Amino acid sequence: MKLHLGVDLGSTTSKAVLVDADERVVGRGITNTRANYDVAVEIARREALTDARLAQAVTLLGADAGSVTEAFWITADLLRLEALRRICRGAASALPGEGPRLAPAVDVILARIVDEAGSLFSAAARGRGSFFRDIVGARFHALAEEASTRAGLDFELVLGVYDRAILEAENQVIDAPFLDIFVAAVDRVGLEGARKDGAVAAGRAAARVELELVGFVGTGYGRARLPFPRDCIRSEILCHGLGAHAMLPRTRTVLDIGGQDTKAIQVDERGLVTSFQMNDRCAAGCGRYLGYIADELSLGLHELGPLALRSKRPSKITSTCTVFAGTEIRDLMSVGEKREDVLSGLHRAIITRAMSLLARSGGVFDELTFTGGVARNPAAVAALHEMVAAHYGPRVINVHHDSIYTGALGAALFAHRGVPADDLPDAKECHGCSA
Amino acid sequence: MTKPVASGTASVEKEPSMQAQKELLAGYFAGLARAREERRPVVYTFVPGNLVELMTAFDVAPVYPEVNALQSAMRQRSSGFIREAERSGHSEDVCSYVKCDLGMLAKGNVGPTGESIPPPDLLLLSFTGCFTFMKWFELLREEYKCEVAMLHVPYVGDGVVTDAMRAYVVEQLQREVIPKLEKVTGRRLDLDRLRELLVRSRRAEEDLAAVFRAARHRPSPIDAYFGGVYYIGPIFTSFRGSEDACRYYAQLRGEVEARMAAGHGPITPDGTLTEEKYRLVIEGPPNWTSFRDFWKIFYDEGAVAVASTYTQVGGSYERGFRHDPSRPLESLADYCLSCYTNLPLPQRSQILADMVRDYEADGFVIHSVKSCNSFSAGQLHMLREVERLTGVPGGFIESDLVDARYYGQANIKNRVESYLQMLGARRADASLRAPVAAVADRPRYHLPVVTP
Repeated sequence: MKLHLGVDLGSTTSKAVLVDADERVVGRGITNTRANYDVAVEIARREALTDARLAQAVTLLGADAGSVTEAFWITADLLRLEALRRICRGAASALPGEGPRLAPAVDVILARIVDEAGSLFSAAARGRGSFFRDIVGARFHALAEEASTRAGLDFELVLGVYDRAILEAENQVIDAPFLDIFVAAVDRVGLEGARKDGAVAAGRAAARVELELVGFVGTGYGRARLPFPRDCIRSEILCHGLGAHAMLPRTRTVLDIGGQDTKAIQVDERGLVTSFQMNDRCAAGCGRYLGYIADELSLGLHELGPLALRSKRPSKITSTCTVFAGTEIRDLMSVGEKREDVLSGLHRAIITRAMSLLARSGGVFDELTFTGGVARNPAAVAALHEMVAAHYGPRVINVHHDSIYTGALGAALFAHRGVPADDLPDAKECHGCSA
Repeated sequence: MTKPVASGTASVEKEPSMQAQKELLAGYFAGLARAREERRPVVYTFVPGNLVELMTAFDVAPVYPEVNALQSAMRQRSSGFIREAERSGHSEDVCSYVKCDLGMLAKGNVGPTGESIPPPDLLLLSFTGCFTFMKWFELLREEYKCEVAMLHVPYVGDGVVTDAMRAYVVEQLQREVIPKLEKVTGRRLDLDRLRELLVRSRRAEEDLAAVFRAARHRPSPIDAYFGGVYYIGPIFTSFRGSEDACRYYAQLRGEVEARMAAGHGPITPDGTLTEEKYRLVIEGPPNWTSFRDFWKIFYDEGAVAVASTYTQVGGSYERGFRHDPSRPLESLADYCLSCYTNLPLPQRSQILADMVRDYEADGFVIHSVKSCNSFSAGQLHMLREVERLTGVPGGFIESDLVDARYYGQANIKNRVESYLQMLGARRADASLRAPVAAVADRPRYHLPVVTP
């Protein structure tokens, strides 16, 4: 099976998408590892290939497709959890003084998490866009409170072991063969008899499918660091335009608010970019800004939007400067403004800034597709609806549930359309993406 | 894929004119340092619409504060000067040329080459199109308590220089500027000498115009923006009207025409550009603090500036302007009035559109600098207007003149690469190409071209 790979190295996450000869998406991978870009590409690429292989099996699974797929990814996460447990043991034991008491306490916490893996890593949790780090971190935090009290250990010390280990665990490329994970997943589901045999046969067939990467394009904030030849690198602006258009073909304007920058892009009826504007070097009003706000208010990033939506009287906020975000919040709260009003004002300030870039790029045409991490924030989406209607009149505004893959999809499509297989550089040149 | 620049050569490629240009500027700064002992009166003035022939006729030493600022920036010295100016109360929003100059002054007025810049005997404000220039000289007047001559240059709001405008400027030259120069130098204006200077100005202008016109050739033998700023250095400042300038521009023209005949591309800091992939028109001044890195973003992608508006701020020679020795004062007035930043937005847009057409450019990029409202105000409007006139999409990047804090390499690189890839994608689909020929019948922008 000939596949084209698109990789989007964002400032927060790295994504990989595989398309087949008919430009159908057959595999996706994502990681939020903060390691170097080579590792991020490798993890995302392997996950996409595994996803593509799993998709092959799924077509043969019939009624068991959903449960086996969910169990497959839980099993894969368990492998990473096992790696985390091993690293934690080493890190705890190495600590002078409390080490001998710390190691078993941490191990007990992780054993609990392994037991809870079925619900923690469920398809629903994956669907919410939570990463391994977020899921395990939140649970570890909660369990560490109990464990440290019980064992008379310093809470910070227990947490410190996790903080040190998670980075290494996240960066590990899990090397288990596809079929091993698949068979373990079938066992996990508890299939028996003919259903089990059928499922295992589907896994074997999928494992035998030859997945051949015949083209690749890298994009995103970190694209210059990709171990790809220059011909295989495209700007994320072009990739976002093409990707958004592929997901929602009536798209003519794309607003992308990512971690590091905001882009307003106009595309034609084929998804080709005709005009774009992006913020200057100041990242005010981008995703990172919301991250700071969340930290400042001790909230999770995903809690900001719903809280802001409760506001009846949004505060007037003029600055979207990330550096001054904390000061601004404290100033407003100190004069008695409610937290949800301040948050609502902040979301509106972000969208006001985005509206200026949209105007610069030529305006808002039907349909507008909103992408990037901030598109998952309901308060930002609500503010966008309101301001677009006020400035441009009625417009369809789309937020695709898979919008995080927009750039990677565009890259994969460029790989398929733009770089003919015959012209591909020697695969050896691309040490990060040999299939 | 190989890079479009033939790099890897051990020594940096240079042509004789590059060395000559460097020596001219070094000689200029050395001359300024000697001005006091040689008892030459010193006149501070600005580049746009400067009256250097008139100043040379009085044998004064001209100082250009913007040139000091950009030269300091290229030597990584502007940040310290700007900090110094901000310490004394100048806001972050003040033009960075001004702050660089005031900071340099506060630190002893040692110029970019390490030689002293002498204090002025006269502040000659010969272009009022930039309001900041006026405020800048007010500050210098407070500092030096010297003579000031202010020439009010009317805004060419309809894009056409009228007889009344010209007469108004000439009258001010006669009543204000020349008497002030006579006062500080103690000598009368020698009109014949002024005419001789203008004859030489015209010769050099002719050669420079030919240099810029060479960019119409494919591949262009020059980069008319990044290389162009070196070419305009002597003629936009103190060398217009000199034999040195005539020699330099004749030499430069010879080299450029030889490159053109040989089919060579422009010389970049990394060697000759071997593959011209994109031909661009560029609007706005460059960033000086990261000039080389800024340029590299373009030549690494095989992008060549075939025309630029910045290289017209000190004379629109490629579009036909020549100093005219037979009408010396009127000619100086025309020069001041036709300064690029003294033109209204419709004319500036038209000039850009004409450049896109005449130089067969694939696109145009606007570099909007935070410091300079004369350039930057209205550039987004111009972007849309030039797109409308040409059917070619424009690119937009932002930074500053000499304040390094406003230059973001990654951001600008991202935008330029994205823009060029966008042009590439459009080119791949020939049906989308702009109907440039459709604008061919439009009337060309009228400039005050003086015929001898």
